[in-house]
Amino acid sequence: MIAFVIRRIIQSIIVIMVVGLVAFVMFRFVGDPVNQMVGLETSIADRELLREQLGLNQPLIVQYWHFISNAAQGDFGTSYQYRRPVSEILGERLPATLELALVSAIFAIAAGIPMGVYTALYRDSVLSNIFLTVSLIGISLPSFLVGILLIFIFSVHLQWLPSFGRGEVVDLGWWSTGLLTATGLKAIILPAITLGLFQMTLIMRLVRSEMMEVLRTDFVKFAKARGLKTRVVHFGHALKNTMIPVITITGLQFGSIIAFAIITETVFQWPGSGLLFLQAVQNVDVPIMAAYLLMIAFLFVLINLIVDVLYVVVDPRIRLEGS
Amino acid sequence: MNTIKLMLSATALTSVVASAVAAETTFRYGFQGSLGSLDPYSLSETFTLGTLTNVYEGLTRRDENLQIQPGLAESWEIIEPTRWRFNLRQGVKFHNGNDFTAADVVFSANRVRSEGSDLKARIPTDAEFIAVDDHTVDVVLSSANPILHSEWHTWMIVDQEWTVTTDSVQVTTAADTSVTTISQETNGTGPFMIAEHTTGVETNFTANAGWWGWNGKAPNVDRVEFKTIAADATRVAALLSGEMDLVYPVPPQDIGRVESNAATSALVGPELRTIFLGMDQARDVLTYSNVTDANPLQDVRVRQAFYHAIDAVAISARIMRGQATPSALMLAPSLFSGSGAFERPAYDPELSKQLLADAGYPDGFEIQLDCPNDRYVNDEAICQAVAAMMARAGITVNVNAQPKAQFFARVLAAGGYDTSFYLLGWSPSSFDSWNVLTQLHGCRTQNEGTGPFNIGGYCNLKVDELAAQVLVENDAAKRDELIAQAYKMTTDDVAYLPLHQQGLAWGVSEKFSVAQRADNIFRFSLITAAK
Repeated sequence: MIAFVIRRIIQSIIVIMVVGLVAFVMFRFVGDPVNQMVGLETSIADRELLREQLGLNQPLIVQYWHFISNAAQGDFGTSYQYRRPVSEILGERLPATLELALVSAIFAIAAGIPMGVYTALYRDSVLSNIFLTVSLIGISLPSFLVGILLIFIFSVHLQWLPSFGRGEVVDLGWWSTGLLTATGLKAIILPAITLGLFQMTLIMRLVRSEMMEVLRTDFVKFAKARGLKTRVVHFGHALKNTMIPVITITGLQFGSIIAFAIITETVFQWPGSGLLFLQAVQNVDVPIMAAYLLMIAFLFVLINLIVDVLYVVVDPRIRLEGS
Repeated sequence: MNTIKLMLSATALTSVVASAVAAETTFRYGFQGSLGSLDPYSLSETFTLGTLTNVYEGLTRRDENLQIQPGLAESWEIIEPTRWRFNLRQGVKFHNGNDFTAADVVFSANRVRSEGSDLKARIPTDAEFIAVDDHTVDVVLSSANPILHSEWHTWMIVDQEWTVTTDSVQVTTAADTSVTTISQETNGTGPFMIAEHTTGVETNFTANAGWWGWNGKAPNVDRVEFKTIAADATRVAALLSGEMDLVYPVPPQDIGRVESNAATSALVGPELRTIFLGMDQARDVLTYSNVTDANPLQDVRVRQAFYHAIDAVAISARIMRGQATPSALMLAPSLFSGSGAFERPAYDPELSKQLLADAGYPDGFEIQLDCPNDRYVNDEAICQAVAAMMARAGITVNVNAQPKAQFFARVLAAGGYDTSFYLLGWSPSSFDSWNVLTQLHGCRTQNEGTGPFNIGGYCNLKVDELAAQVLVENDAAKRDELIAQAYKMTTDDVAYLPLHQQGLAWGVSEKFSVAQRADNIFRFSLITAAK
């Protein structure tokens, strides 16, 4: 068991290193950071001096080595745009992204599961058809369009909800939350729906097909034959058995919710790490881009690691193969 | 009787208190970009500097019509051709309570020219600043310079004592790993103070009730909240939904929507930025063309043919939806008194074909047009329209549109001017022709760094000579005459193909009115609340 975990951790480190290297090769093509850091009148000599000071003249592999060895010590360098340590800025922005991801995951589960159950049980009802149509829209419309539509309806027309930002934020020291104020709660509704719509659809479709599958199995028929109440059969027996794949998918999707947040954050000007990354790309802010990509890679690797370890715990066959 | 009086005054008092509470006004605005470092010397960029001029002040300032007005200097005179005297305003205090004196001006003059500063060009390197007394500063120059103070409204004065004690003397550059106080906090003399600043997200300002410019009156607004809203659609929605009192820029296609909404209106006006096309005249063979044995653009007839092939009026009307003014010169007409004498050559594709045939290209040729796609208003669309127009004259233009980060990395000096035909915008930071003549038209010399933005490599030594005379001519009429001569040469040479001055478009709530300056700088002290 321990050997397995150690082996997975070593593999994870290699994955992160490779992501960092690929990112560094890509930065070559994003543009010239020095141009974005100085005004128009800055002389060519001053530009060259800055390039020298930033180490941009060094070979790629040297730059990469500096970055990785500093990052290993928790130092991600200084942002070119904001002239502040990247770790500090990311620390400020991360709570916004995680909160948004969490709320939209909760929304996706809370709305997706009941809708999936309903559409499985009442396959031909009008409401089921409506749910299925909505889910089709959720899958096929790109999230920036959904976001703009929601803004147009709920902010511009009805003026119920704010069109951008995070509302008032309460600072808890190392964490800032918008979930404790009225404006903050109002502000999170539209972005959370936009971000969670795709996952909600996914969960709903998954629950529906699994549920339909389970309802056909013998033990459900047997439970019915035993004279159990329909409600108990549906929710006590059938739903419980559909939940295993749903939990797996939801867990794995959490990583992509955070990664996909880039678009939602841009549409709603949500001050999270995705928006920070996009602005960094536009301004060739290499330290922020590198740190963000490493962070996302780390997150995915971590989630996968946890899932793998859980599988080992759950499934003895993997353990046997390993030894 | 007495009781009634007392009661009356009590009611009066409560109503005063009530109105004071009600009068607490907050102005909220959104812009597409964000405020980088708060150090006023670390980035010469319009939005950053323009926003900071609400907090810090220069010796001069510019009013809503861009005329130079006294700022921290009450008056100035040129006592000898190379010696200027500035009389400083008395009784001015920095936000931390320190007095503003001549020592701060001398300190700021040194700091703005120190290593790492991005505003070195604001003051000639060899200008000497002498504090004559606490409120008089002399500037001694090595040669006459009539536009010495033309950019000083964005050269902001910092407090010597505060900067030194907070260890902020060194200008913060991107290469620094330590964070200085001055890049995260401010201490100016201006009408507003920064209360909260969240990097890249929002900045909140509160009024400085003790500012000299209020003239004893209460500040116009008590609080200003700035938020970055990068996406165009979201920015416009935030204005329409009433969450914002001002947003800019408003994209041309949304102006109608902002106008038709009862609670908002669009504020449009000309900007100083000139959008133009440049042509590589330096290389002997074009890099991106099918003509492989010569550079057709070195022939003035070909450049004239290009000029006649472009219908700038149609571009302004259609692509820019009226939010642009076709231009004959490389700077906005309001910046040069003699600009009325210049006219755009007529749109005439037939004449273009004739000129091309005369130059030896009767069937035209192929060329690549490099273009940014996120820098200027509708930049990529302009390039596509140009390509369509030039096709009629027989020139095949392949548009290569790229994000600004990649575009500038290629076409500027650092990328080796890697282009044959390009679109660029320019607004002279000094609001003066000398800037245009040297930066865009000056012959490129590698070591002296002149003409750094002369990407096409246009070179006419007579123009350079005239520019040198313009620099030192103190007499305004003579100076304008020299400038006119230089422009005559550059337009005859068809050094560039100016297209238009793009328009500014701000969306404003009916609750306030604001002053829009042609340099796109927003001054909080000029906000007025509608009654």
